[in-house]
Amino acid sequence: MFWNFPGIKLDSYFFSLRDKALKEFRYIDGAPILRLDKAVCIGCGMCEVVCPHRIFKCIEKKASIVDYDACMECGACAMNCPVGAIFVNPDDGCGCARYILNSWLAKVTGKKPSGCGC
Amino acid sequence: MHEQAGYTIASFVSGFIASPAGPVPQVAAILSWSDHWGTIGARIGIQRDQYTITPGLYCVGRPDGNSPVFVTANYKLTFDALRRELGGVDVWILVVDTRGINVWCAAGKGTFSTEEIAYQVQRAKLMDVVNHRELILPQYGAPGVSALKLKNACGFKGTFGPIRARDIKRFLESGQAADEAMRSATFKLKERAVLIPLELFLLLKPLILTLAGLMLLSGFGPDIYSLDRALHRGGTIGLVTIAGVLAGTVLVPLLLPWIPGRQFWFKGLLFGIPVGIFTILRFLPFVGWTAVTGMFLWAMSISSYLAMNFTGSTPYTSLSGVKIEMRKGLAIQLITALLGLSCWLAGPFFL
Repeated sequence: MFWNFPGIKLDSYFFSLRDKALKEFRYIDGAPILRLDKAVCIGCGMCEVVCPHRIFKCIEKKASIVDYDACMECGACAMNCPVGAIFVNPDDGCGCARYILNSWLAKVTGKKPSGCGC
Repeated sequence: MHEQAGYTIASFVSGFIASPAGPVPQVAAILSWSDHWGTIGARIGIQRDQYTITPGLYCVGRPDGNSPVFVTANYKLTFDALRRELGGVDVWILVVDTRGINVWCAAGKGTFSTEEIAYQVQRAKLMDVVNHRELILPQYGAPGVSALKLKNACGFKGTFGPIRARDIKRFLESGQAADEAMRSATFKLKERAVLIPLELFLLLKPLILTLAGLMLLSGFGPDIYSLDRALHRGGTIGLVTIAGVLAGTVLVPLLLPWIPGRQFWFKGLLFGIPVGIFTILRFLPFVGWTAVTGMFLWAMSISSYLAMNFTGSTPYTSLSGVKIEMRKGLAIQLITALLGLSCWLAGPFFL
């Protein structure tokens, strides 16, 4: 980029050093609907692989949740669990406020919810 | 020699290579000006809905039967983000039909799915093209694709690659091993900033309607109605509305990690305060305390609502969390907006 000089990368300074890591973005504690049934877990480690927030750790062939509040309910872990040991909020919707609002309005009016435009 | 009647060769196709399943389009790893213009168009929402490429098998470089196969969505912005990171490597790209939606959203909606990938594998006769039986999937596709079921559905094993295309070369060099950083979601300033233009352009129509409505309402006063007052007061609250919109859709996303609070309606409400202070300083002598208070509340409500809408664009807010904050947020926004508008309408009577 034009603002970079030889030896000095201004953008990487701003974007990496100054910006917080995603781990530091925290949302509402206790909100996520996520359950792991340890008795069923076979310790394959797929949940640990696919989770974009790294909330699972597999130790001695058993997965455990190490950062429950960081879950965004994307469902990647449940989709890829071979034994169905993980339950994630199955509600339809992409998490857009507009979509939720439309579905609430649809409940009131009795119509089919319109999308969110994404 | 690959031209056929009724078909045009896409501008990003630089040639065709022969494969046991027929010619495969080879795409450039460098984006052209028309690609960049397309990106701008998609980012501001001009051609976002139709910004697709035809699903099927493509390639970069000169791959052979042993080259890896990457799977992606048929949103052109996604496809471009992938191929621009593949300069100098020889790989196959299997584009599946997600109706022009990116991998993450398509996985959530169920179009980037196990079945769709299996279907495209068969349609492209991938088993004839490559000797191995492995597909590299984007990690953000995992909410929609079960790597295990993929194997049963089409004989190809799914391996989740890194989240971001820019990590693919490192992923390949390290023997297809993704480290923690490659597997972790990020939401850096740049990633937040590129989302802003679309949010603004989507607001253009409702904003114009709101401004027109506000101007109409602003004309009421002790003498029933004055066109002059509608124009002047309407212009004033219009300016404050636009400032509230900018606070909620530009400042909140940009400064997101540094704004106190976790719930977005609150972050937005906070950013209505500087707009309100500006309103007091600038307009108090002209419209009086009642109207200025009204505009203060109105700006806070607008900023709060729009900030709350940004939850849908972040990679860390859960659906349950958004519902929790919306119950409280919407009530506060509605009350603030109604109170604000009432004060604004009452303004001329208490000047």
